[in-house]
Amino acid sequence: MKFVLLWSDILFFLLIAAVVAGGAWASRVEHLRLAWRQVGQSRVGMATATVLIAFVLVAMLDSLHYRERLPGTQGEHLLGAQENYAVEVRSALDAVLTELRTRTEKTYSAPLATHLFAKESLDADLGRDFPRLKHGGAHLGEDLTAHDHDIAAKAIKGLGLGLLGALAFGLASLPLRRAAPHLAWNAQLATVLVLCLLAGVIVALAGDYHVLGTDKVGQDVLYLTLKSVRTALLIGTLTTLIMLPAAVVLGLLAGYAGGWIDDVIQYLYTTLNSIPGVLLIAASVLMMQVVIDTHPEWFATAAERADARLLALCAILGITSWTGLCRLLRGEALKLRELEYVQAARALGVSGARILWRHILPNVMHIVMIAIVMDFSGLVLAEAVLSYVGIGVDPNTISFGAMINTARMELAREPMVWWSLAAAFAFMFVLVLAANLFADVMRDAFDPRVVKR
Amino acid sequence: MLAYLIRRLFYALPILIGVNVITFALFFVVTTPDDMARMHLGAKRVTAEAIEKWKAERGYDKPLFWRTEAAGADKVTDTIFYGKSVRMFALDFGRADDGRDIAREIKARMAPSLAVAVPVFVLGLFAAISFALLLVYFRATYLDFAGVVLCVAMMSISGLFYIIGGQWLVSKIWHLAPISGYAEGLSAAKFVILPVIISLVAGIGSSARWYRTIFLEEYTRDYVRTARAKGLPERLVLFRHVLRNALIPILTGAVVLIPTLFMGSLLIEAFFGIPGLGSYTIDAINAQDFAVVRAMVFIGSALYIVGLLLTDISYTLVDPRIRLS
Repeated sequence: MKFVLLWSDILFFLLIAAVVAGGAWASRVEHLRLAWRQVGQSRVGMATATVLIAFVLVAMLDSLHYRERLPGTQGEHLLGAQENYAVEVRSALDAVLTELRTRTEKTYSAPLATHLFAKESLDADLGRDFPRLKHGGAHLGEDLTAHDHDIAAKAIKGLGLGLLGALAFGLASLPLRRAAPHLAWNAQLATVLVLCLLAGVIVALAGDYHVLGTDKVGQDVLYLTLKSVRTALLIGTLTTLIMLPAAVVLGLLAGYAGGWIDDVIQYLYTTLNSIPGVLLIAASVLMMQVVIDTHPEWFATAAERADARLLALCAILGITSWTGLCRLLRGEALKLRELEYVQAARALGVSGARILWRHILPNVMHIVMIAIVMDFSGLVLAEAVLSYVGIGVDPNTISFGAMINTARMELAREPMVWWSLAAAFAFMFVLVLAANLFADVMRDAFDPRVVKR
Repeated sequence: MLAYLIRRLFYALPILIGVNVITFALFFVVTTPDDMARMHLGAKRVTAEAIEKWKAERGYDKPLFWRTEAAGADKVTDTIFYGKSVRMFALDFGRADDGRDIAREIKARMAPSLAVAVPVFVLGLFAAISFALLLVYFRATYLDFAGVVLCVAMMSISGLFYIIGGQWLVSKIWHLAPISGYAEGLSAAKFVILPVIISLVAGIGSSARWYRTIFLEEYTRDYVRTARAKGLPERLVLFRHVLRNALIPILTGAVVLIPTLFMGSLLIEAFFGIPGLGSYTIDAINAQDFAVVRAMVFIGSALYIVGLLLTDISYTLVDPRIRLS
């Protein structure tokens, strides 16, 4: 086994480290600590944060990549020849979900089904019928009378399992509860309970069935949706991360320095802003495709190429979306530089760069934080649309947009293949709703203009 | 006023030039015409002659900025930058890959785009303002809370879901409207009604929530307190005072969108088979027709700049305190 660090993995873990470090810093600053406490006291805030953390955990598992070692022939091994690794890059999530990943059917099958979705001619004399699934409900054998009963029994077992898991979590988090008794732990525990029950049922059923059905090439839809989470989170977070330095530096500089610097920066973002977003993205993605396709030698594996495309997409989305934050920060810096403490610092001879770093930047951090969470949900939704238009992620990357795009064709079938669409939309809805609600709570807590009740 | 307008137009020019330079850099410097040809011709082993032929057909076989061997003005004019970028200011966009004139195509496709975009804009504004008014009228009650939750839930649903779900429900199950297509003249209404309704539903969540906060902000003003103090019923405070004042930011904020209505909507037009500019753009993106994409970027930016100009003018029209100078 050889670990593979894709660029997006590095950035993703860097981001998580930055969030943790930022949290540690914020807990030392009085007004930020108060704001975070307000988030923690809000029931919606705790519940949505729990859901988001669950998504982040899935994405983190999916960001630990490795390449399996190929079993070399005996002779090679003795000669100490170079070890060979599989071309395919897998992640820890793939390893956990090996069962789901490998148990593919021939084509579509409905959730929890035991037979394929389409009729096939089985035998010369039997005529056309629905063929039996290779894996879905295989343990039942030919006797299908127990099908419903089996599902119900497994689901109940799963509920029990989920209850146990939630109980264990509740007991484990008791010290935390004691340490911070005023936070909305009950809402958090309720969310954990719901998540655990859902996960329990899915785990109990996934061993023998395709819980969310299979797609056109027979892949398990549950596996695809779980894999899509990473893509969605990466696009939602890395885009802001990539644009952040430029937006902050240029925005503060324009507001603080004024004069021709302000003019140039304003001209820059007005120009970028005046190009319709989708078109700029389309043009840039088209060009990126040309660059990537004409330089196949840059990438060792298909995963690396897909990863490069994902990052490039993030960068392109970032370039088109940093202007809003930049303008906000410019306005704020314009206000801040007239305040007494900045004047005092200037009178004491503190250099401009130091004033920006020590006195202005900490006082606009709340705007930056609000912008990050507010942008997230829009970006997740944008990914799906862009992938549909054909300017999204690499065709090999599993994403919500790609899932919707492939499933869309099947709506015309009779009866309809609805499960991959439903699964993608449902997961996306939960993720985006949680992000939207959390962003609202954050904004209420951090924005000083919102009147505290 | 006129002097101000003229000056603003001159401010707009550098921005348009900037857009032009960016698209030029993107399309001809980041990726050279050779790369584009190789991409377009597909196969890995493309002959040099095929590339040259592809470039010659599209007029890409010229130097970027300067033609040393030519005489006189041709040194500048017979280049890619002049032929492909500067000429756009004269609305000369050249030909698409299928040989058609892009400018003429754009003219023909504007009407279907507007047939969808204008009703969506007008009705959407009306619906969102009405819904926000309703929420504000019942503010701080459970109805308001439920309405806000509904708004957040609606804006968390992917736009694709509204389109796919709407097409499935209305056209396939209820057979109320054709699933896609378009017709000229009045019979277009039949095809336009479903996309308009779907766009309305998809957009109302975020805009109603946004307008609600504008209304609520207006409620904190002094004149509201005065109106209440003189004994006006709450209903009149809302409709006579708050609504009128809140409409200023709402309407002026919407003005910037008016020119961009010409561009149509990419998704809606693609799904419903409406032959507007949005589906033209999507087709060009999928066919990697660089000339069309370049033209649409330029037109979109020009329209947006016009929108900014209109916003400035509308401010002076609705708010007498603002003077243009």
